[in-house]
Amino acid sequence: MGSAQRLLLSGDEAVARAALAGGIALGTGYPGTPSTEILETFSALGGKAQWAPNEKVGLEVGLGAAFAGGRALVTMKHVGLNVAADPLFTAAYTGVDAALVVVSADDPGMASSQNEQDNRRYAEAAALPMLEPSDSQEAYGFTLAAIELSERWRMPVLLRLTTRVCHSKTVVSLDGAPPAAPDGAPHFRRDIKGRVMIPANARPAHRRLRAKLAEIARWGETCPLNRVIEGTGKPAGLGIIASGIACVHAREAAPEAAVLKLGLTYPLPLGLIRAFAAAHARTVVVEEGDPYLANAIRAAGVAVESAPEIYRFGELNVGRVRRLLAGDATPEAAPPPGKPPQLCAGCPHGFVFELLRKHGCIVAGDIGCYTLGVLPPHEAMDTCVCMGAGITVGLGMRHVLPPAEARRVVSVIGDSTFVHSGITGLVEMVYNKPPTGHVVLILDNGTTAMTGQQEHPGTGRALDHAPAGKISFEDLARALGIANVRVFDPTRETGALDRALTDALAADDLTVIITRRPCLLAAGKIRQYERAAGACHEQPES
Amino acid sequence: MNSPNHEVVNVVIAGLGGQGVLKASDILADAAFRSGHDVKKAEVHGMSQRGGSIASDVRFGARVLSPMVPEGEADFLLVLSPDQVEPNRHHLRPTGPGRPGGSLITPEAIDPAALPNRRAVNVALLGVLSRRLPIDETAWQDAIRANLPEKLHAVNLQAFALGRATPHP
Ligand SMILES: Cc1ncc(C[n+]2csc(CCOP(=O)(O)OP(=O)(O)O)c2C)c(N)n1
Ligand code: SF4
Repeated sequence: MGSAQRLLLSGDEAVARAALAGGIALGTGYPGTPSTEILETFSALGGKAQWAPNEKVGLEVGLGAAFAGGRALVTMKHVGLNVAADPLFTAAYTGVDAALVVVSADDPGMASSQNEQDNRRYAEAAALPMLEPSDSQEAYGFTLAAIELSERWRMPVLLRLTTRVCHSKTVVSLDGAPPAAPDGAPHFRRDIKGRVMIPANARPAHRRLRAKLAEIARWGETCPLNRVIEGTGKPAGLGIIASGIACVHAREAAPEAAVLKLGLTYPLPLGLIRAFAAAHARTVVVEEGDPYLANAIRAAGVAVESAPEIYRFGELNVGRVRRLLAGDATPEAAPPPGKPPQLCAGCPHGFVFELLRKHGCIVAGDIGCYTLGVLPPHEAMDTCVCMGAGITVGLGMRHVLPPAEARRVVSVIGDSTFVHSGITGLVEMVYNKPPTGHVVLILDNGTTAMTGQQEHPGTGRALDHAPAGKISFEDLARALGIANVRVFDPTRETGALDRALTDALAADDLTVIITRRPCLLAAGKIRQYERAAGACHEQPES
Repeated sequence: MNSPNHEVVNVVIAGLGGQGVLKASDILADAAFRSGHDVKKAEVHGMSQRGGSIASDVRFGARVLSPMVPEGEADFLLVLSPDQVEPNRHHLRPTGPGRPGGSLITPEAIDPAALPNRRAVNVALLGVLSRRLPIDETAWQDAIRANLPEKLHAVNLQAFALGRATPHP
């Protein structure tokens, strides 16, 4: 005791430290606020970390590693789990040999997201155990616990974080024994019944999954992840049931209350909850987002109070929890408006949006820095739903609009987003070509700017910026059979880009225009990486 | 040292993306940590680098629970951009019975002519704040060194000293 190293860490950094201590053999995932720094830190600490083109690919690669006996960590933001949901649900059936920890970083309040979905619902839907830390110390400890749980029951485990857990810094002491090494070095173990999910194998697999969950539920009744923290008030008074960040808000808002702090939030320790509620005069569930705990607890026949509907929206904080506990459902004052973000002055995206505005385009947009094209002065975006939808929503509009309007529709997508989920959109465009054709603009700024300049397969550099295989968007588009593929520098060749756009909008053809110029904030670093790669290969400088 | 006489010290640092709000809060949190306090720091970074409003909360003391400063409980509000004072004023603790209200610290506290580099105004304001906080001077200096690249050490230590020598109400 006392000898453990103490550090001030963000939740993301703490998960990365635990991944290293816990012997994670492969970290993969796709960037997304607030999860991005986990893999970046893991890599900086010396772990093997890589960006996948999207979350589904990341999860499948992680699953393969875990089948083969290597511990895997897969990270993503909440909406990323929608993309990865397909492998997630069936990975629950197959199970794993070595640990598979899936991080879902939710964003209540939408600091940087398009929705505030509550991914605790995925744990129940996919039938996977879920852990929810409240601070960086627990982010560290629960990551280690997730590795252990995953190997004890041989199934993937969800580690559900939220923005305030990911990005707050709190003191961590790096103690806790790391889990024992997995059984042997990675090796292939044939298990057709366990891993080939044809119906004949999946039916018993589903029964096995439910049996494991029942065991975990029994374990959860006494496991150290769930505990009661006594308050300063009289013993049988106010009881609060909470998990994650809501726990610390609640303890500060109501120091007199006893708090049943749930770290394992699926499956729930219903016996423990029932006994806690019975022991308190008043029991209130304090949770951020959906009434996930409250509904499950009530469905089990335990009477608890829960938050009025207004608290479902946005983040909780100490003030809101005080009001929630007082049953205050009066409308809350909106915080004073701050200054909205903008495209950087001179951003290459800005030149493109100016042209789209001038041409009166109907712009099916997508997600990234360039979504800021919706704000003044450009106001040149008409839709933005989820990654990849820029191309496909544009196609849908082209199919049904009268021709004159259909010809004004263009799709706009960033380079990282294109790799993530735009390629199938191009396939759709070639296969189901709208009568008026279509125009897709790929805004290639050489980085994933939105989330802090991560590499992707189009940059030709790996997560640690070392050279890697590179996907050429123009070759890909041509290979799909798209005849008009043009590349312009939007800043230097604005006139030529303008003329190409005029032609493309008039033609009833398929056009892909790639606007290529580095993000202003990334340009310097990109030059450095290129120089370093050049030096490596001893290529003469041109 | 006239630090507030309740257990946890609450500081909100606000400004616009690119002004060094997060750097300042990192240095403050680290300095408090080095002085042996429990510390929590919260912030929302997402689109902040694109010049939008940004704020970061630092809380320290014997034991900190929520990482976010509760509304109206900031002992100190440090604002790096004049137009961000009004949107953030609500964080400050109002004057209560027997207790002064929270203090607002803005770049006006610093003589721009004496500042070694305009970009270091965030650290200069930490110097002003430091007069009021139970954090050792060496912890501040170590935190500045640990959170900035070496070539910026001299300028920022100088800016900090300038702020620390500046009387503030
Ligand atoms: C499924 C999903 N994963 C991750 C994100 C987070 N995210 C939004 S856009 C984006 C990529 C932006 O990069 P790019 O398309 O290159 O545009 P840029 O920001 O560089 O302009 C990411 C990672 C998300 N919104 N949805
Ligand atoms: S960070 Fe890069 S892509 Fe984003 S607005 Fe600035 S210059 Fe444009």
